Amino acid sequence: MPKAIRDVYGQTLLELGGTNPDVVVLDADLSGSTKSAMFGKAYPERFFNMGIAEANMVSTAAGLAAAGKIPFVNTFTCFLSTFGLIATKVLICYSNLNVKLGGAYCGMSDALDGASHHALEDIAVMRSLPNMVVLCPSDERSTRAMTRWACDYNGPVYLRLSREVYPDIYDSDIVVEPGKGRVVLEGSDCTVFACGIMVGKAVEAAGKLLTEGISVQVVDIMSIKPLDTALIEDCIRKTGAVVSAEEHSVIGGLGSAVAEAMAKLDVSAPMEFVGTNDTFTESGNYNLLLKKYGIDADGVIRGIRKVLGRKKG
Amino acid sequence: MPLSDTRRAELEALCRKFRIDVLTALHEAQSGHPGGSLSVCEILTVIYFEKARLDSSDPGWADRDRIVLSKGHAAPMLYRILAEKGYFPLEEMKTLRKIDSLLQGHPSMHTPGVDISSGPLGVAFGAAQGMAIAKKLDGSNARVYAILGDGETEEGAVWEVAMSAVKFKLDNLTAVLDLNGVQLDGKTEDIMPLGDVPAKWRAFGWNVIECDGHDVGALSDAFDMAAAHKNRPTMIIAKTVKGKGVSFMEGNYAWHGKAVSDEDFTCAIGELGGECDA
Repeated sequence: MPKAIRDVYGQTLLELGGTNPDVVVLDADLSGSTKSAMFGKAYPERFFNMGIAEANMVSTAAGLAAAGKIPFVNTFTCFLSTFGLIATKVLICYSNLNVKLGGAYCGMSDALDGASHHALEDIAVMRSLPNMVVLCPSDERSTRAMTRWACDYNGPVYLRLSREVYPDIYDSDIVVEPGKGRVVLEGSDCTVFACGIMVGKAVEAAGKLLTEGISVQVVDIMSIKPLDTALIEDCIRKTGAVVSAEEHSVIGGLGSAVAEAMAKLDVSAPMEFVGTNDTFTESGNYNLLLKKYGIDADGVIRGIRKVLGRKKG
Repeated sequence: MPLSDTRRAELEALCRKFRIDVLTALHEAQSGHPGGSLSVCEILTVIYFEKARLDSSDPGWADRDRIVLSKGHAAPMLYRILAEKGYFPLEEMKTLRKIDSLLQGHPSMHTPGVDISSGPLGVAFGAAQGMAIAKKLDGSNARVYAILGDGETEEGAVWEVAMSAVKFKLDNLTAVLDLNGVQLDGKTEDIMPLGDVPAKWRAFGWNVIECDGHDVGALSDAFDMAAAHKNRPTMIIAKTVKGKGVSFMEGNYAWHGKAVSDEDFTCAIGELGGECDA
């Protein structure tokens, strides 16, 4: 049974604390949820609970980085890209400071707390900031690799984490390289560019469609910024049909990034966007929410069928 | 140690020169913030020329003191002082706010000597706190200075730091409140009354020192008292006059962020005892 993304992240932070004395961790009264408390328990002198004050937390992290530390900032995704935004923009990204932002409960993973606590706009916000690297793990191993990479990289990184357990995508440790996506499944009729939990959902959708003779290529866009435009171009040339799949609004997220890239390339293809459609969500069981808002394998299948209908020839 | 009469006179002479040069730069730029640049003059001058441990030949020196101009709109005065310290040539002041300039409208870390970017009010104060925490972790005796505007304290984030810096016992953090009583739209008393300012900071647990923010001797003494105080951060509440030194700018909110016309420039420089070619 895979571990929840937040548990893997917390464990990795703990390990980094042991190997790098410059790593410091901040949280805003959610360390039990984000799992930064694991680091806090082991290294209390390098752990700072800022109370319920996210703006202060992100500003403080900027100062820590400006004075040579490697701060990891933790809170729910929905607070980080909102309360934390002004300091992220003006202090961190403007000066390329070495701060790592962990958005703990992305998408609808804080399911029962409802629309106010769901984060379906953070990719749009974070990728619009110059200098920011935006990474989204799709399983346990990619979470561990990204967290480690973020620590070694000198500059701002946004990690889009989750409360949830994601199915395993990778069966061995992977090397994360910003600007590199990974083909998870080869296919010839259509490419699904996915991130986060949607990588697993896309693989599930591809399995179902294979029984109908439809061959789906699944690509894990783990680095949303920088984006692997060479891989995107190759996939479009090969399959001639594109679906984006993300646990995020279709406005401004992964799908927008892929569409922007395609617009600048010499190839084009029909494209469909799987994500929330400019709507607020609601409280409920996580899997039921994903189903209701079309963020699941069936949603991806609907997207693929639509795009294949539009595909020429 | 109290300032000698000679040193006091030297610092006052620097301030006179800085005021003239800042108004010259603002006139050249035809944009920027005269009022708050003039009110913070003695505060920044005493920090940079009397208190802070810095080396302009090595701006990245890890163990230097850090200075955070949280009221970033007073950037012209900061730039004038950084030029005097040798971080960049004085001629750069002519490029203030112009395309391709080293000197942005608000402080940027891309400018040598600027320890943190700032501008949007209430944001950089927390960075000063982060620097102070880092210094403690490193076992360094370096100090961190943060300069806030009084209007800036209307931002809620300021009070988040007010609470947390006490929790972290940041006695290496000295904040200065440039209490000039005026903001862009009017007097703070009319726009958003600040109430009993010293009592508020004391209530949050800060060591509070009140002084005349245009008296270099009083400021110097206040910084010494702050450095000697243990276990708590210090807030120096420096009573100042917005637009200090130019009679028609003093206390007048219109000069928070108004371009200096040729006529006003001539009058202002005359009052400050300078010469101008306008």
